[in-house]
Amino acid sequence: MSMANVKLDDQAVSFEQQIPLAPIEELGEEESYLRVITKRFFKHKLAVLGLIVFTLILLMAILAPLLAPRSPYAITDQFSAAPSSKYMLGTDQVGRDLFSRLIYGSRVSLSVGIGAVAIYVAIGTILGAIAGYFGKWVDMIIMRITDVFMSFPYLMVILVLVSIMGPSLFNIIVVLGLLGWPGIARIVRGSVLSIKQMDYIKAGVALGYSAPRLVFQHILPNCLGPILVNATFGIAAAIITEASLSFLGMGVQPPTASWGNMLKDAQSLSVLASQPWLWVPPGIMILLSVLSINFMGDGLRDAMDPKSLR
Amino acid sequence: MFQYIVRRILIALPVLFGVTIFSFLIVNMAPGNPVEMQINPDATAADIALKKEALGLNDPLYVQYVRWLSGILHGNFGFSFSTHQAVTGMISDRIGPTLLLMGTAIIIAYLIAIPIGILSATRQYSWMDYLSTSFSFLGISIPHFFLGLGAIYVFSIVFQIFPTGGMNTLGGTGGFADTFNHLILPALVLGTGIAGSMVRYVRSSVLEILGQDYLRTARSKGLKEFFVINKHALRNALIPIITVIGMDIPLLIGGAVVTEQIFQWPGLGQLTIQSIGSRDYPTLMAMNLMAAVAVLLSNLITDVLYSVADPRIKYN
Repeated sequence: MSMANVKLDDQAVSFEQQIPLAPIEELGEEESYLRVITKRFFKHKLAVLGLIVFTLILLMAILAPLLAPRSPYAITDQFSAAPSSKYMLGTDQVGRDLFSRLIYGSRVSLSVGIGAVAIYVAIGTILGAIAGYFGKWVDMIIMRITDVFMSFPYLMVILVLVSIMGPSLFNIIVVLGLLGWPGIARIVRGSVLSIKQMDYIKAGVALGYSAPRLVFQHILPNCLGPILVNATFGIAAAIITEASLSFLGMGVQPPTASWGNMLKDAQSLSVLASQPWLWVPPGIMILLSVLSINFMGDGLRDAMDPKSLR
Repeated sequence: MFQYIVRRILIALPVLFGVTIFSFLIVNMAPGNPVEMQINPDATAADIALKKEALGLNDPLYVQYVRWLSGILHGNFGFSFSTHQAVTGMISDRIGPTLLLMGTAIIIAYLIAIPIGILSATRQYSWMDYLSTSFSFLGISIPHFFLGLGAIYVFSIVFQIFPTGGMNTLGGTGGFADTFNHLILPALVLGTGIAGSMVRYVRSSVLEILGQDYLRTARSKGLKEFFVINKHALRNALIPIITVIGMDIPLLIGGAVVTEQIFQWPGLGQLTIQSIGSRDYPTLMAMNLMAAVAVLLSNLITDVLYSVADPRIKYN
């Protein structure tokens, strides 16, 4: 463990030299590495902007019942109405208030993004760590399975599986979670392979530490950076996938509001041409949330990359 | 080199085997079977059981798998649940339009990404760089369907430059010009999405080359900047970009599903959506299997190309 600290401190100091103005003597133990990364993250303007927008969307999802003027399922007195003072974004073809549905839609997108990524990060980390740590035939088998999963075009397999299991929010999260892990598994395997060669791990082996203890306490904490970056981009990708599935009618089903299924109506040309309020706002919300998460991911990657000089 | 290719193929074989097992299990997991899909509603339970036995649906799973696999090796992917046609024929009807769309999209993506990536790397941290970074993030973040709907709205409805969808004008004589006119919008939408991630690769690849010693040599011998970049740097920077296309193939296929649906482009993507609507699992899995093989092949080809393009890379 003490060796791990030394390694972290080395990195922290080298980061510090690249960033002028920060006094070196203030650096403490492990906490300092985190602080350097935070500092570097907050220097990335687009990442900060992303964090602000994402926080707003997150608040929107949590506070949806307070923010929405009416229930997202309630049918109003008008249908397909243009935006007015009464219905800020108009109403849909069934007569539901679009502004309320837009707010509630954030719940679907965020729960798919976070839920699916949580599942596949867990699967990918465990499989990648096992493959990297044990090597040999275990590695061979796990990596070939990873190759199999990576060969299938993601969206097509998901479409098939969701149509078999029945389209619902829960099933989408499960399917995305079960199929998304190969990327993480590869990253974790690579990091474990290189960390395994370090002296402090060899010391741990010599001390007779058990494999799970070495992997979970001494190796994986040092792979957190790439996992976190990959997971952040993964949330954005999962949100797009859910929206695409719902748009194609294989995702979250009405009457539940999802940004993707709100855009579904625009597949008809008359809606596309004459009722832009039905499809432009949900599209912009998808774009905003995905963009903000990708910016955050980019900021995290830059902040954690020892080679990055910004 | 030859040894490397042989070893890559040997590694790909078990993966291919895994791909077929996974595909077969999914088809089997799917509700409904060929008999229930084909038979008319008046058939009795006894009729159905008889037909099931005749088609070998009561055999153990591994027997069915071997039969299914040997069928595929003979080019027989089974019969569609919905149209009762041979799946192979349905797919071969659709594959041309999809390849046309994807090929054009890849060309567009390279045409957009390479110049923007170079400009952004040579003028790092300038407004040009920020603009191109923003463009690439927009390209990555915008869902294909939203971009597609927006493109139809602007170019087909407001300005009426391009048709809203299809591959040829209905009732028209067809022809190359007509198809080309229909192709531009979907290919642009698909290409822009891929260009987004490509710009990042080109930029980082050029940036890495710009730091190399031989470029300093080229400059110090008085070569014009234009030649330094476009002759010395670009050639080497483009090598890693070859691999990008291999990585983007699955993305391209997924994008094509959505894009074809929006533009009513009569390719495999549209067939996928139609098959999902009619729960036509044999057709779906045949397409998935073909796509997976295409991905495996393209990965193999890019790796080989990469070693041809960059003699410094040694595989052992």
